[in-house]
Amino acid sequence: MHQRRVVITGLGAITALGHNVAEFWQGLVEGRSGVRPLSAPGCAALRFHNGAEVEGYEPAQHFPDKQADVLDRFAQFGLIAAREAMRDARLELNAEQKERAAIVTGSCLGGKISEDENFASIYSDKQRAHPLAIPRAMSNAAASHISMEFGIGGPVFNVSTACASSNHAIGQAFMLVRSGVTDVALAGGSESPFTFGHLKMWEALRVVSPDTCRPFSKERRGMILGEGGAMLVLETLEAARERGARVYAEIVGFGMSADAFHVTQPSAEGAARAVAAALKDAGVHPEQIGYVNAHGTATAINDPLETQALRLVFREHTARLNVSSTKSMHGHALGAAGALEAVATALALQHGILPPTANFLEPDPQCDLDVIPNVARRVAVEYAVSNSFAFGGLNAVLVFRKTD
Amino acid sequence: MPEAIAERVIETIARSQKVSAEQITLDTTFAELGMTSLDALGLIFDLEEEFGVEIPNEEAMGLRDVRQSVESISKLMSERVAPEGGMK
Repeated sequence: MHQRRVVITGLGAITALGHNVAEFWQGLVEGRSGVRPLSAPGCAALRFHNGAEVEGYEPAQHFPDKQADVLDRFAQFGLIAAREAMRDARLELNAEQKERAAIVTGSCLGGKISEDENFASIYSDKQRAHPLAIPRAMSNAAASHISMEFGIGGPVFNVSTACASSNHAIGQAFMLVRSGVTDVALAGGSESPFTFGHLKMWEALRVVSPDTCRPFSKERRGMILGEGGAMLVLETLEAARERGARVYAEIVGFGMSADAFHVTQPSAEGAARAVAAALKDAGVHPEQIGYVNAHGTATAINDPLETQALRLVFREHTARLNVSSTKSMHGHALGAAGALEAVATALALQHGILPPTANFLEPDPQCDLDVIPNVARRVAVEYAVSNSFAFGGLNAVLVFRKTD
Repeated sequence: MPEAIAERVIETIARSQKVSAEQITLDTTFAELGMTSLDALGLIFDLEEEFGVEIPNEEAMGLRDVRQSVESISKLMSERVAPEGGMK
């Protein structure tokens, strides 16, 4: 089958590092951590107190009251990122193009805040649920509202594979454009996990750090949850050239695997199979990869296992890989993680600047990678990999290429 | 029709649907306010909260305008304050 080349021509992001892509990128390059004391109500009672929240967010600056009423915070973030990405791409779609265009979002949790508020009311003496609870909480809400706002009427759906959701989503969108099912796709994800009922469940899992997120560092104490949204406009290289669009990077490969092993413990072999599948799909050799945006959650178990996975695929080239976990700065945004990291990776290739692993203290012999500790690195690389490994053992890996 | 209830219904509609109370009269229909069926459900929820009543499904589905809403609320409120022959 004829395979078309797929490029990224628009980016949008709202994260703990800022409300747009420029602020996000500046934070990443500075190695600035967006981890702060949580402001969500009730969090003082938790064993952890820090998260990567979107600071100074006012829904009224983005949505009229009545629209905000029907949008959970996660869907608002998705829409805000989609608006920025569409503006950025300067894409004007005619009626026929709109009818064929696709949207694929990733969200693990859906409207958890709305759900939590309603459950609190339902299990109280009031026993009341709001009629907007279901449409606010559904995991496809961001995809649906983006479709309505832009009149996009082709394949539109949400993927929910825990921490790999957005990588799976971007991968599906990539395949839709590459195969010719659609010519244009908006892909990414959004998440908003900061609500007491949900955080209490993370507390029970004992994987959230009491201080900050230090991926691959000996002193790491767990992950830091993050929130936000990021969206990418994908189109064919041919169409982008024809309309003179700015191209950030090309997506050249996508690989998936399932560990088929354990619900929370990662498997190096499973992760390695997804990386290898992505490289094979891209038609590149491991030695051609210059940068890996790691899953890098900073849990005790993820980081050594990811190191092993990289060794399985890259062998002696592992020592020459530049690896970083940008989760150290924007937190682990769960279903939006892959989307935030795709934006980071595309910009890293475009600028020839690799964002660091922030908050790094001492190296861990079990994670003997070059993790770009604390300071961004100016290196032009041609190919980059972005990893997402989810609870439930579901892995999704994207390969990006710098544009000519 | 109790005027105090009418006034509170109109205020609730204004708050719930983000419109000015001045543009709402007893004869205003939900359609005139640009309300969809989902908006109507949100309004019914807010009216129930405001007046501490529960509007049954059949009745809720039939509400189309302000006057019907006031009548429905008034009826439910009079039923509520007259149980087992007593003031509370």
